[in-house]
Amino acid sequence: MATRPRPLSPHLQVYRPMYTMVLSITHRATGFGLALGLALLAWWLLALASGPAAYARVYGLLGSPLGFILLAGFVLAFWYHFCNGLRHLNWDLGRGLEKASARRSGAVVVAATLALSAATLVAMLHFGARS
Amino acid sequence: MADFTLPAASRYNDVPGVSHAAPAGATRVKTFRIYRFDPDGVEKPRLDNFGIDLDHCGPMVLDALLKIKNEVDPTLTFRRSCREGICGSCAMNIDGVNTLACTKAIDEVRGDVKIFPLPHLPVVKDLVADLTNFYAQYAAVKPWLQTRTPPPPDRERLQSKEDQEKVDRPSACILCACCSTSCPSYWWNSDRYLGPAALLAAYRWIVDSRDEATGERLDALDDPFRLYRCHTIMNCTEACPKDLNPARAIAEIKKLLVERQH
Repeated sequence: MATRPRPLSPHLQVYRPMYTMVLSITHRATGFGLALGLALLAWWLLALASGPAAYARVYGLLGSPLGFILLAGFVLAFWYHFCNGLRHLNWDLGRGLEKASARRSGAVVVAATLALSAATLVAMLHFGARS
Repeated sequence: MADFTLPAASRYNDVPGVSHAAPAGATRVKTFRIYRFDPDGVEKPRLDNFGIDLDHCGPMVLDALLKIKNEVDPTLTFRRSCREGICGSCAMNIDGVNTLACTKAIDEVRGDVKIFPLPHLPVVKDLVADLTNFYAQYAAVKPWLQTRTPPPPDRERLQSKEDQEKVDRPSACILCACCSTSCPSYWWNSDRYLGPAALLAAYRWIVDSRDEATGERLDALDDPFRLYRCHTIMNCTEACPKDLNPARAIAEIKKLLVERQH
């Protein structure tokens, strides 16, 4: 007897968001975010080369609260991608692939991202305020 | 191409499920929410609720499934055989993680026990998923000893204790498919990516000191999809009910591919 087409079993809908897959997709998302951030950086550099009027326009955005949120996101994405990138390099050397060590390095990456981002943003505000 | 949503005909929340209350007087009731699909019916998949009296049920999720099948709904369909974690038949998604129903204690699950078939596979019926592609991928890595030299005339092909230990753990794989079907990369690319289980099997033969087809085995894996869709997510190693490490095996294969270029 012919049966009807088989349904696809649920996947993302039911799988528990394990730390493994969350850190992995965050790595991708931050990589994408960094590409966007680089466009922002290029825009800033172009403005810098184009003269005071153009620069003032860009500074108007980047110096605003919205600009700070964008920069903070860029800084977070940068440090996460950097730290987790080191984690991936270590894995590619065949190290740190046990369950316990992978969990530990994941926690270290998150903690280091937060600490380095906070330090970067504090420095940004400090030196930005002086100029 | 990755499709993160379910096709309309595969959605399991559109049809209300059947609820079976626990027997009157039960004091320790656990609700099991189980994915149902009847290939001979016309309805979409749905979730049925079964109230189980834990005072009259064995400790494992498989015990509850058997109790439901024996006493409540004999049409509930699932694979099971050894009930001690060595056959790999009762692999399913329990409480959001792939594991074996026979070795998963009911007590470990907080709240309702949600049970689905292994993720991102065609469903044959209820908790039985179609593993044809999974087995074909296992066969594709030629999981048997390949030799070019004649065997010694007076004895078997021997190997040292150290060499045996290299294949000892990977050989313990029971092909339950928990790892491969936990892998998002496998979900999106199972037509071309071999997946953690098949790659663990490939590794088991690559590192076997008696095998003489190591080069061909590595050639077969040196492919952007077959091997390199692994992005070291590590869901596989987290899911393995036998505590094996497919992620490390894949990393080792990648290392061997780099090393042989020098």
